[in-house]
Amino acid sequence: MSMNSIRDTFFEECEELLEALVEGLSHMEEASDDMEVINAVFRSVHSIKGGAGAFALDRLVNFAHAFETVMDKVRDRELAVDEKLMALFHRSGDQLSDLVASARDGTDLDPTAEDSIVKELESYLGPEAKAEEFSFSAVTLDFDGGAPIDLPDLDLADEASDDQQPKENLFEVHFRPERALYENGHEPLLLFDALAELGPLTVEADLARLPDFDSFDPNDAVISWNMSLVTPESETTLHEIFEFVEGLCELNISLSSQAPCSPKPEALPVETASEPEPIAEVASVAEQQPEPKEPAEISIAAPDIVLEKQPEAQPSALPTAAAPKETRGPKPTLRVDLDRVDRLINTVGELIINQAMISQRIEELDLPTVAHLTNELEAYKLLARDIQEGVMAIRAQPVKPLFQRMSRIVREASDATHKKAKLVTVGDSTEVDKTVIERLADPLTHMIRNAVDHGLETSAIRQSAGKEPVGTIRLSAAHRSGSVFIEISDDGAGLDRERILAKAIEKNLIAPDVELSEPEIDNLLFLPGFSTAGQVSNLSGRGVGMDVVKNAVQALGGRVSIASTQGKGTTFTIVLPLTLAVMDGFVISVGNQTMVIPISSILETIRPNSKDIHVIGTDSQLVNVRGAYVPIVDVAHSLGLEDAKARETNGILLLVSTEAQDLTALRVSAIHDQRQVVIKSLESNYTAIPGVSAATILGDGKIALILDPEELIKLAHYNPLDPFAQNTKMELRHA
Amino acid sequence: MPDPAEALADTQFEFITFSAGGQSYCLEITQIREIRRWTPVTALPHTPADVLGVMNLRGAVIPIFDLSARFGLGATPGNERNVVIVAAVNGTTIGLLVESVSEILSVEKSAIQETPDIKSEATKHSIRGMISVDDTMVRVVNLDAVLENSTGAAQ
Repeated sequence: MSMNSIRDTFFEECEELLEALVEGLSHMEEASDDMEVINAVFRSVHSIKGGAGAFALDRLVNFAHAFETVMDKVRDRELAVDEKLMALFHRSGDQLSDLVASARDGTDLDPTAEDSIVKELESYLGPEAKAEEFSFSAVTLDFDGGAPIDLPDLDLADEASDDQQPKENLFEVHFRPERALYENGHEPLLLFDALAELGPLTVEADLARLPDFDSFDPNDAVISWNMSLVTPESETTLHEIFEFVEGLCELNISLSSQAPCSPKPEALPVETASEPEPIAEVASVAEQQPEPKEPAEISIAAPDIVLEKQPEAQPSALPTAAAPKETRGPKPTLRVDLDRVDRLINTVGELIINQAMISQRIEELDLPTVAHLTNELEAYKLLARDIQEGVMAIRAQPVKPLFQRMSRIVREASDATHKKAKLVTVGDSTEVDKTVIERLADPLTHMIRNAVDHGLETSAIRQSAGKEPVGTIRLSAAHRSGSVFIEISDDGAGLDRERILAKAIEKNLIAPDVELSEPEIDNLLFLPGFSTAGQVSNLSGRGVGMDVVKNAVQALGGRVSIASTQGKGTTFTIVLPLTLAVMDGFVISVGNQTMVIPISSILETIRPNSKDIHVIGTDSQLVNVRGAYVPIVDVAHSLGLEDAKARETNGILLLVSTEAQDLTALRVSAIHDQRQVVIKSLESNYTAIPGVSAATILGDGKIALILDPEELIKLAHYNPLDPFAQNTKMELRHA
Repeated sequence: MPDPAEALADTQFEFITFSAGGQSYCLEITQIREIRRWTPVTALPHTPADVLGVMNLRGAVIPIFDLSARFGLGATPGNERNVVIVAAVNGTTIGLLVESVSEILSVEKSAIQETPDIKSEATKHSIRGMISVDDTMVRVVNLDAVLENSTGAAQ
């Protein structure tokens, strides 16, 4: 394992730790005195610090250290968490994630924000804070022997001020690293150094498992150590030293009441350096180190311990330390290259097509008794579908990390606009395709910023309107009828339709005399080149408007809609397909072509009586559906497949509901089948076609186009003389 | 279009010759993925007449162009010998309907003549050069040009 891949692993872990951190912080906001939560936050920061130390990422280490130190004070109940401190923690969390990102990408980060946060953090600490910060580097890989502890008098002061009981304990530590410990880049010597800082340490190497020279595998871990340590610290502290190697070694720490035994003569710490070391770099560092006993003598109680120390009474720390190590270890998850998953998904897609082909071929054979064969085929179909769902589930991920990132956006946006806002998330665990999540980050960020900037009012206005001074941005996700619904709502003033209309006219987006319904006015927001901000704020008025959001969502096969109530707030709803690879559709005939239309968009199918169909104007048709007149759109005509004269009254109507129009009936020639189809992009080899979202391959190997009802209806309504429609048309081409 | 073979100076070039719209054309063999028998394709709405539709090529959806119509020589009449040449350009795969495929042509680089200045700029653009074979002239198709004004490259 190379140093680089260890580094990658560290940053992957950092992502998870940062997620846990953000989650913990938001929990803290609700229950600031929940020790479990505080411990979880502390652990996240601490683990990042520990990992960063191993890679000599000093800035990250120093920052995490300052953060962690204050966190520790909270943990020890020396500091109460108030609103101000909570806000500081949030900002620290954001800064930590920035630092991790900059360390990972090797980019430079402006240190001003960092410095001011560190200063603020330090203001929560006593005068000893500075000294603590210095001592931390003691556990880093590039630590050089005597350097870290250059303030021995302060150490002593720490010890005294901590009101430590002078009682010394004798611990027996048995430590047998496993091969994985070395493979992960850990160095036992550093652990010994850390132990030695707690008190006089005796180390004895156990060479019993050392094989013959011939059968010697330099990558194997064969040496184990028995150590005895005299220290005033608790067993928990010892366990914490081994926290990072947990699960990678056999570790036994026992408190023995015996008098300290004298070190055996052959217990030479130097032998640690002769231990086969898979990582050359680490080995060379280790060799430069002084014998572990030396630092032990210099620093009886290194200040670091002040950080690590936990009161024995702490509920969560003790069980973890005492729990048998088999129950610990990482969650049973698997990191798999995304490419492999995608290849598998593609292959399974082919399997589904193949299954459909076989079914169709067998049907064509017209065998006399096919009952049992039909059963087997049905089973095959179900199995293929199971496999497909299973594979898709691999790609599905909860939206939680995405939502958590948004809490930061809300914080930053409310800071920048001097408004008070909080984010409430609902349905964090809703699972969505990974690609969707990734590509949703930008649109969501934009919409959240908009919600704070344009949606919410200032506290003063809110109060005068009888609302809570703190605005609420609600972000929710849910699965509903085969789609994912994501809603971003604010409890602000609602859309100012008069201003929107005026703006659209001013920007020449619509003709001044056009009569628009309320939903139509709302939808003007999605037109390219529209921005309501009176002045360009540095937050949301960057020239990119909601049209960018709309395009991004449409590119994912989704839609975005808007609903607003005056004085109550605005809600944006994004509807996305569950997966980007497969969907359920009706196989239909349009003219003489076979096409597929997504089932999710169809409310109802109607075989109309000719008396239900009415003509309005010159060529528009309406159908009477239980008393309501619904406009009919002829799919073939809309696609330009047939002349208008070919329209007829028979055929089947598919009732669909779209954002633009409440209800529309799409006329097709016939419905043949309902089946799951694999979505194939048209754009990869050709270009997007209006009214068609993608293509699929049918059982006979032929390609069928997948229709996009929303676009079809827009196409049908396209009228070059209507400026509003013209914009819609323009949008189509850009989508 | 960067021609990978052009860098290797005086090597032999191999072309596949075919006829479209009654004229003789050829494509470099390295650009051709496969040659398939013509099967009916799925028509696309809102497309020009020279875009016949899309075809399933082992799970991929590829557009099929009528090369004759594309060059303004009228639609290719239906015939049993019609074939689709599957070619790859700049990462996209397309199919070209032609009347028939003739032979493999092996020529020196020097045997390829530049397209002379002719009246139609579009024609000059879509023909990379010419090869003389037994008194007939074989036109070397510029696949880029075929693709350019087809897939809305203007977008």
